[in-house]
Amino acid sequence: MMSADLTIVLPEILLALYAMLALLGAVYTGKDDTASLLTWLTGGVFVLLAIWIGTTGGDRVTAFDGMFIADGFARFAKVTILLSAAAVLVMSQGYMERRGLLRFEYPILVALAVVGMMVMVSAGDLMALYMGLELQSLALYVVASLRRDSVKSTEAGLKYFILGALSSGLLLYGASLTYGFAGTTLFSGIIAATQGGVSLGLLFGLVFLISGFAFKVSAAPFHMWTPDVYEGSPTPVTAFFATAPKVAAMGLFARVVFDAFGGVVGEWQQIVAFLSVVSMFLGAIAAIGQTNIKRLMAYSSIAHMGFALMGLAAGSAFGVQAMLIYLAIYVTMNIGTFAFIMAMEKDGRPVVEIKALSLYSKREPLRALAMLVLLFSLAGVPPMVGFFGKFYVLRAAYDANLGWLAVAGVIASVIGAFYYLRIVYYMYFGAETEALDGRMSPVLWTALMGSAAIMVFGVVNLFGIEPLAAAAAATLVH
Amino acid sequence: MTVVLFTFYAFAVSTLLGGLMTVISRNPVHSVLWLILSFLSAAGLFVLLGAEFVAMLLMIVYVGAVAVLFLFVVMMLDVDFAELKAEMSKYMPLALLIGVIILMQLALALGVWGFSDGYQGRILAPVGTATNTAALGMLIYDKYLILFQLAGLILLVAMIGAIVLTLRHRVDIKRQSPVAQMMRDPALAMELKDVKPGQGL
Repeated sequence: MMSADLTIVLPEILLALYAMLALLGAVYTGKDDTASLLTWLTGGVFVLLAIWIGTTGGDRVTAFDGMFIADGFARFAKVTILLSAAAVLVMSQGYMERRGLLRFEYPILVALAVVGMMVMVSAGDLMALYMGLELQSLALYVVASLRRDSVKSTEAGLKYFILGALSSGLLLYGASLTYGFAGTTLFSGIIAATQGGVSLGLLFGLVFLISGFAFKVSAAPFHMWTPDVYEGSPTPVTAFFATAPKVAAMGLFARVVFDAFGGVVGEWQQIVAFLSVVSMFLGAIAAIGQTNIKRLMAYSSIAHMGFALMGLAAGSAFGVQAMLIYLAIYVTMNIGTFAFIMAMEKDGRPVVEIKALSLYSKREPLRALAMLVLLFSLAGVPPMVGFFGKFYVLRAAYDANLGWLAVAGVIASVIGAFYYLRIVYYMYFGAETEALDGRMSPVLWTALMGSAAIMVFGVVNLFGIEPLAAAAAATLVH
Repeated sequence: MTVVLFTFYAFAVSTLLGGLMTVISRNPVHSVLWLILSFLSAAGLFVLLGAEFVAMLLMIVYVGAVAVLFLFVVMMLDVDFAELKAEMSKYMPLALLIGVIILMQLALALGVWGFSDGYQGRILAPVGTATNTAALGMLIYDKYLILFQLAGLILLVAMIGAIVLTLRHRVDIKRQSPVAQMMRDPALAMELKDVKPGQGL
């Protein structure tokens, strides 16, 4: 029995073993001299695992008495997580090396965080969920303060840590109330226990659980840490925060509300819809006053999480499909955008002021054009792929009789378009300022152009992601 | 009054007293010492309940590690507690209000606590007649193996994190090199000179 269980969690085991071996190897050999090699190697391992997970596996199987679930939904989320983490890791190598930040622990911590994320999306038990979440979070707290000589980076790590601990407390309290009601921490047991309706105590537990998840996906009103952490962390780390952990946290969110509370959709639908509408509006309005592009991307991510939550709020298989499509598109857009931000520098120092992009199109027409495509896509302007992501979640909300939520989403999206277009305005019509002179490494250039190209050419069939997401959603919602 | 009952009341009173004094002591070091008393009494209560493993954990982890860590923090960090208290008293009314509201809400929720139908069937069955420690071992190393391993990974991340964020390699100091010391060859390291009387080198 044990060997069958271990076969199911083999990808996670292999990645954890790889991380430990890499740690030993680097400590006993060149230490930080091996960091570049390790970064590429870790990225390669991520891609190999993604291919392996994506091409194998069939029906839903569980391991360890249902504590670990491997199904189509987990597979979809894991492939997205692994590929985005690999892309960000490879992109960060040059940036971090030039600034003396590339320590060999960085790829190892990212690998361990990814193990945590893979456990999160596969969790079938409240305890497994918490273990995965903490493994991921703890590694993220450390990489947030990787630039330990900078006050801002240290502050980012500490803030993230303290607020993360608070959210863990909320989550654990919710989990304990749920356990007290159901008598088990297994999702399969909880869903059986809620068949006869929920008690007031369980409702409290559910609200606490959702608050904890909202912290992790940075949905308003639990978003306060996001701008400061995004601003303070080194830019590649910010790029990482904005991609893989969001997918993992949303995957976990969906996993819990459907696998454990799928029988009482009405109880959580309102809460998720509320989180969604508040996040969309806060992300759209608060970003208007930002002058720092990293803070702006933080608010942008809050707004995007609001849209992803809209898919979840629909409470249907189509809603989950829309959420998965939205997340995949969001991650792809963010990889390209952050590739652009990482190359923003002047005299070798990173620049994050939006104004510094003035008349960027005169000097770097191709890069400016790619960024324009990405920003239009982020804003959800029709010909780009980003529009289809929004279209799916809006339709899911409309189909679920949440018309008001869909209307709110459209309004928030129009408000949000303002600040994306303002960057475009600066790039094409801004006032003359001192020019950015950063050269773009081939890796960043490929990421930027690839991401922009996907946003344009993906309109044909979204690269066939639609049936994949539908199949994944069907395994979660039944 | 039986011995057990008397012990229970003695431990219960000293737990509460320790907790109360932790909060109201003026000297932070005294606070930590009262906290340790509270932990020890709670460990006694657990022994009375027949949960000797939890009692051991409380002694080893909380008294042995956490409380000593607190003592170190209190003694080594220069924290101005008077200032902290002044800062806190500013927000006290608001904090109390929120606390009372949450307490009332929780009383509403927990006051009418209802279990789900058939929850008895879902609760884990007791593990035979083994002692607490043996039963826990059966659970942790068998049923919950994956959780135990994940907890190990979390601790590994914590260790790596602590090293990444605090270790600084200084290059301007001399380090001991045992291999160099052992490989030292007297023939190469020193030279014997025959110094004639009355003459220098």
